[in-house]
Amino acid sequence: MAFGDQYKKWKVDDFKVSSACGLSGFISRDGHLTGGEVIIESMRVIRERGNGLGGGFAGYGIYPKHEEHYALHIMFEDANGKSRCEELLEESLEVEASEEMPTMPIPQIQAPPILWRYFAVPRREKLTAEGLSADDFMVRLVMAINTTVPGTFVFSSGKNMGVFKAVGFAEDVGEFFRIPDYSAYTWIGHGRFPTNTPGWWGGAHPFNILDWAVVHNGEISSYGINKRYLEMFGYHCTLLTDTEVMAYLFDLLVRKQGLPLPIACKILAAPFWKSIDEDDDPAEKELLESLRMTYGSALVNGPFAVIVGYSRGMVGLNDRVKLRPLVAATKDELLYVSSEESAIRQICPRPDRVWAPPAGQPVIGELKGDV
Amino acid sequence: MAKTYTRRESEVRTVTVDAKGVYYRDLNSRVRELIDGGYTEIVLDGVNGQRYIGDGLTDSVNIIINGVPGNDLGAFMDGPTITVNDNAQDCVGNTMNSGKIVVRGHAGDVIGYGMRGGKIFIRDDVGYRVGIHMKSFKEQVPIIVAGGKAGDFFGEYMAGGVIVLLGFGEDERPVVGDYLGTGMHGGAIYMRGEPEQHLLGKEVSVSPLDSEDRKLLEVVLPEFFKDTLTDGAGVDISDFIKLRPFSHRPYGSKYVY
Repeated sequence: MAFGDQYKKWKVDDFKVSSACGLSGFISRDGHLTGGEVIIESMRVIRERGNGLGGGFAGYGIYPKHEEHYALHIMFEDANGKSRCEELLEESLEVEASEEMPTMPIPQIQAPPILWRYFAVPRREKLTAEGLSADDFMVRLVMAINTTVPGTFVFSSGKNMGVFKAVGFAEDVGEFFRIPDYSAYTWIGHGRFPTNTPGWWGGAHPFNILDWAVVHNGEISSYGINKRYLEMFGYHCTLLTDTEVMAYLFDLLVRKQGLPLPIACKILAAPFWKSIDEDDDPAEKELLESLRMTYGSALVNGPFAVIVGYSRGMVGLNDRVKLRPLVAATKDELLYVSSEESAIRQICPRPDRVWAPPAGQPVIGELKGDV
Repeated sequence: MAKTYTRRESEVRTVTVDAKGVYYRDLNSRVRELIDGGYTEIVLDGVNGQRYIGDGLTDSVNIIINGVPGNDLGAFMDGPTITVNDNAQDCVGNTMNSGKIVVRGHAGDVIGYGMRGGKIFIRDDVGYRVGIHMKSFKEQVPIIVAGGKAGDFFGEYMAGGVIVLLGFGEDERPVVGDYLGTGMHGGAIYMRGEPEQHLLGKEVSVSPLDSEDRKLLEVVLPEFFKDTLTDGAGVDISDFIKLRPFSHRPYGSKYVY
């Protein structure tokens, strides 16, 4: 059975029709590590936003022993894909360690693929020969595996971070992947309610490339434009879900092109021309006009609320008219972002401040300079 | 499944429920059982995120919520009074018909969606699309009052009823967001202070209050201050303006061939 067909076999008793995806995430800006049970506890509160057809987590700071290595989490449909993929890995990478991903089989999580993880760096001679940076090399390798090795998908490829995702409710996915065994300074969680695309393992959130991990509620109606735009830069969408473009857009705009994160957010959730026309600041007006003209194909249209993780921080961002909910809160050095305030209050009963970020305006939390 | 719940006794009978960690369906069933059992005041302690509290209830009970209720608080409600001693989330009072919801904190998006009667009082800020498509029906005039600031699309497609925005709050944000009253074709929005012209939807205009408007605010505001425990001492009705639609049928000439 192909991955893409798995959703057909998935049955949920008491199936609901009225819901939406649920997001929750937090970052400790002082670098304090929190056990994964905390993000599971938060996700449990917004269980009703999902329908059991996808759940997942991203944790940052979880692999301190391998912090110099890219941690590849790979799902294989069968052993053939695994051996073909491993040939590719062997050829391109120095693999420091590899192991089956630790899981706890539970009845709520059905038909898992083969799940393996590899800690590796690109072979030096390969980088020299190709004239690529290690990051660029890894992006190309991930794209090559996802597009050429049948039934094989790299779903996490960053350093000292990891994405864990499956078909199921978030809290069950967390138990399956033994999320409480990991500690992270940033945790992001997602409960999925797939609407237009299949509920399969690869299509669960977060979506990842390098250290970028994106969880999303909504639908990206500009997916086709964004996908073709990304293809010009060597990114290939293989996971059958709109959110994938968001991870690659952040990688392209911020890592590759070096744009500041707030600017990238202004590209993805560009202000309307009406608002730009009303802007009193000529410099900002010119900037916003230039961004819209240069990056029209990177504009993400349609309703969305996303939480994006990266090594140094976490961003919450809404579409331009706030068609999906997003709430933020702070408590001391912690920043929380979620679809619902209750998911925050479950793990932070008395925040210093709780607010609803305005449409299109990112909420950014970053590790403090010396962390 | 339609079932009406009628009060059995006239005296106040109070019961407290520990809602902590209780699944929303179990909690809401419990509330209905207690109303059936003759309780007239139900205190829900430890609420966090449970959806649909008070939905579809037709009795004149009081429900007091300690904690953050989940989405669609008081949806389709027809009679009860809900008081939230904390913040609320999205879709408070969705399509409610009568009764009152008081939130002693802030609330999220789409408050009072399609509401056609009763009152929603939010002490602090409210989110986007508040009062979207609310309407009055015969003698029923729904009222939303928010003490803080509001997001975009305030009163969008409003067809009737009253929304009042007080704009309290220290932050620098404007009192109201963009696309104010877009598509509005009935009812009235009252705001403390005049919104910037560019925020106005195409279908609304600003006018001063007349004596009827003042009379309305003189009744509504003290009730809001009392219920939300807000100090309204600095609020002067002469500071308010009124937003009205130009036409009750803005799209009358569209789709007419």
